[in-house]
Amino acid sequence: MAETSSRFIGRSIKPYKSKRFVTGDGTYVSDVCLPNMLHAALLRSMHAHARIGAIDVKEALAIDGVVGVWTGRDIEERISPFPESFEIHPLPWLEGVKPVLQGPRPTALAKGKVHYVGEAVAIVVAADRHRAEDAVDAIGIEYEPLPVVVDPEESLQPGATLVHDGSNNNVVFSFSIEKGNVNRALGAQPTMLRERFRHHRYCAAPLEGRGVVAWVEPKTHMLTVWSSTQMPHLVRRQIAAQLDLAEENVRVIAPDIGGGFGPKVFVYPEEILIPFLALQLGRPVKWIEDRSEHFISTAHGRDQLHDIECAFDQEGRILALRDRFLLDNGAYNPMGLTDAYNTAAHLQGPYKIPNLSVSGTCVSTNKVPNAPYRGAGRPEAVFVMERCIDMIATRLHLDPAEVRRRNFIQPQEMPYQAGILYRDGQPVCYDSGDYPETMNRALQGAGYTELRARQPELRRSGRYVGVGIACYVEGTGVGSFEGAKVRIDASGRVIITTGASSHGQGHETVFAQIAADLWGLTPEQVSVVEGDTASIPFGCGTFASRSTVTVGSAIHGASAQLKDKLLQVAAHMLEANPDDLELAGGRVSVRGLPQRAVSFSELARAAVPGWASKLPAGLAPGLEATFYFEPRTVTWANAVHVAVIEVDIEIGTIKLLDYVVAHDAGKLINPLLADGQVHGGVAQGIGAALYEELAYDENGQLLSGSFVNYLLPGSMEVPKIKIFHLESPSPLNPLGVKGLGEGGAIAPPAAIANALADALSPFAPRVNAIPLTPDLVLELLAQKEVRSEASAV
Amino acid sequence: MRRHGLDAKILAGGQSLVPLLNLRLTKPKILVDLNGVSGLDHIRETSAGLRIGAMTRQSGVERSAIVREKCPVLAEAIRHIGHLAIRHRGTIGGSLVHADPAAELPAVALALDAKFEVLGDGMARAVCADEFFIDYLTTSLRPDEILGEIIFPVLQPSSGYAVEEVARRHGDFAVAGVVAVVDLDGEGKIIGPRVALFGVAPTAVRARAVEQAMIGQQPGNELIRDAAALLRDMLDPPGDIRASSAYRKRAAAVLTVRALTKAVQLCHTRRLS
Repeated sequence: MAETSSRFIGRSIKPYKSKRFVTGDGTYVSDVCLPNMLHAALLRSMHAHARIGAIDVKEALAIDGVVGVWTGRDIEERISPFPESFEIHPLPWLEGVKPVLQGPRPTALAKGKVHYVGEAVAIVVAADRHRAEDAVDAIGIEYEPLPVVVDPEESLQPGATLVHDGSNNNVVFSFSIEKGNVNRALGAQPTMLRERFRHHRYCAAPLEGRGVVAWVEPKTHMLTVWSSTQMPHLVRRQIAAQLDLAEENVRVIAPDIGGGFGPKVFVYPEEILIPFLALQLGRPVKWIEDRSEHFISTAHGRDQLHDIECAFDQEGRILALRDRFLLDNGAYNPMGLTDAYNTAAHLQGPYKIPNLSVSGTCVSTNKVPNAPYRGAGRPEAVFVMERCIDMIATRLHLDPAEVRRRNFIQPQEMPYQAGILYRDGQPVCYDSGDYPETMNRALQGAGYTELRARQPELRRSGRYVGVGIACYVEGTGVGSFEGAKVRIDASGRVIITTGASSHGQGHETVFAQIAADLWGLTPEQVSVVEGDTASIPFGCGTFASRSTVTVGSAIHGASAQLKDKLLQVAAHMLEANPDDLELAGGRVSVRGLPQRAVSFSELARAAVPGWASKLPAGLAPGLEATFYFEPRTVTWANAVHVAVIEVDIEIGTIKLLDYVVAHDAGKLINPLLADGQVHGGVAQGIGAALYEELAYDENGQLLSGSFVNYLLPGSMEVPKIKIFHLESPSPLNPLGVKGLGEGGAIAPPAAIANALADALSPFAPRVNAIPLTPDLVLELLAQKEVRSEASAV
Repeated sequence: MRRHGLDAKILAGGQSLVPLLNLRLTKPKILVDLNGVSGLDHIRETSAGLRIGAMTRQSGVERSAIVREKCPVLAEAIRHIGHLAIRHRGTIGGSLVHADPAAELPAVALALDAKFEVLGDGMARAVCADEFFIDYLTTSLRPDEILGEIIFPVLQPSSGYAVEEVARRHGDFAVAGVVAVVDLDGEGKIIGPRVALFGVAPTAVRARAVEQAMIGQQPGNELIRDAAALLRDMLDPPGDIRASSAYRKRAAAVLTVRALTKAVQLCHTRRLS
């Protein structure tokens, strides 16, 4: 049969069926309204650490319309605890890295004690949300406050308060990896950086928070759950396991989802509690998270503290890097070592680092659990490495771009073995890309040479303009699998069903473009169905920049199988040899004889069982094939960001003048949607660099628990972003694609911090932490004043 | 209001009250909605000054030709409030009565010695701006009173003015801000300087020491810098996650220099034209 032609792959087609998102007509969990539905609200701990005493629910139950109140004690016999983490550990990784994994198992409602402000303590069901919240306020609860541990370093001290009963210390997960001989390399070098970097705690803040609706069909006891999740299949498995139900009796639907970004990749207490209550009460139950709850119950992200030593030669080439870091888990870490190990696996970036040692330790504190957020450990790694590169440049009076050039892996060295294991257990091997060229494109886009030339003059006139570069590589399209079922129905349409679950990425469009090219159709002739466990038996979900790689490849695999069958049916009907047939416009025809053709619709109606069947002997009915793509390992995307900023040194404010991204995610399916992904990621990264911060006081109270103090960047804070795409195809999948969902968010903290250090270079500031608030900028400048006063004495 | 007293809350534009209700931070038993009440939405020029009805939307004041001509600093300050959609709903009276110390309007009222026409049980009384703002989110309005009008003085055509603020993001409440108005006499010496700060104390505050230091002086960089330096002993701003106390103090001084410099420049320009 004919090779795939690229008629739609690579075209900036506007997203299909997306008008509903613009007009507010999407169907989100909150839009699911069922007859006789009840509403839940949760009582959440106001204490960071306390023993739970008597709980008095009398007054709450007396409120008109309140159906019931459940506490940890009421459910302990009936809902089993969560696993210590939802991370799946491949054997080669366990054997190669030998991590320590000893997480506590959370319960759906706190039992005995609370571990953070926001932990669910009781749940109320009432006729409406207002009364449910009134009842929550009416619950009387006695707490015996316990000492609180907020700082991850203090958490490691001997005698520190233990977050979890029954543990010996607050270390939950840890690992270390090494290549080369770091001790020897560091010992031999006089030029060294010793720095401490902090990447603070912030969160994804999707437009739509979490939400769950559960309904039990009264006669069949079939449970249907709508959840704002990235992982419907995992949610189904967990509901069945924790409520002791048969999986086949549980259906989970992820309808339109208003953003996920990572925190919706695992299963939360409410996703078990709401189905439990629907089963108990025999009525549909709805719970929609409000924003105040979101800040104290949906996972936070990042929060790492790095101590590094880095040796380099006089040319600026890195000889060795040691990084010991802490990750502040909060009370739980539902994704285990995902973030921490990602940090280690991405630390080297696009550079040749002969000796490397990384150890990561995840510690418990009395804070909200920490889990992956767009980038998942990579922004932290990139912040560390890219600040190091700029510090080396400063030490050696070299241009930071030049130091990068001297350390880059060269295109002719691809594929490049980086000498450590990825978390899928396979060796990290950069499969394709041209790192020097990516940087050239970004620097050209920013007018780097001209900016550098103008800088002295600008400084003389009192303008502190700085340029910051940040490079990264990203392992994308991680396993363990994703599937696609491809089917042709009686109307001749191609229907793609997958276990991935879009929450704003534009899967409907991208998958339709891929299928259209594979089948010689237009994307409008393809339907994409996802986010429903009833439609395909296995699914991972959408996270980790993986769906285009894994689902795209699965569509490719399933289509190849189905085409084979389709051609056999067509050959039978047309009395031709399958090798002489071709596909175009929804028809199969004999090459050179376009009138001898049969349509997909006719073929679908022929490939049925029974009297209408026109199948050749021995061929099973149905035009359908399912393929599960199991990538051996990830494919490596890369990018370079350049930020240009101006600092008002009197009041410490930073203005972004320009932001440039040169990005290589392999073959692009839809450049318009790719741009959208980069824009969104950069906006979130700008938030991380300059505005967003989840700060706790010493009592474990969150100081930024609403949008009044949690500052998301708005349209005025995000400049026009210039994007340049490079396309180095991946050799690891049939489409040559790499993932790009997270990339935009990975580099901005590093690029903007580098730009700040550059802008203020006359003051030699130590930009080792974010967010870069006006307060911090003035502090950095004041340090210089203090230093120069000291040296004057 | 007389019947329900503290149990009742006035709903004006709702730009502060509705979020507070949503967060369950305030739980009034009764809401009295002024949006259907006539006679509270107007801008009139009188011999006493510009009389602006308390329910006049901020965007209406911002765009009013008469405000721009007679009291342009008021329009300039409103430009800094939130975003356009917020100013379309938000009322001038609502912002003044809410008395957020980081809001622009109380500082303008204070700087210009605006008068507040307060309506009570069949009675009206006038309150000066410096007696209206008592404390953090607290005014001298009694539980049974509402604000009817605010009277802003008409500025001289030659007056220079400026509003400078630093906010973490565009449209946020300021972490520090200043309203400055100055005029120059025939010899180019400063007359009637007015400086009010916001975001740096439990209420907006007049920087009278700064004003005193400038009266009758020839304006210049050094004069302005020295005058603004007097703020150092005057301010003890609150610190929070948006900005520390030290930051606010420093920013207030820097912004005061900038605002006064701009105001003097504008004065020169307007005198020439």
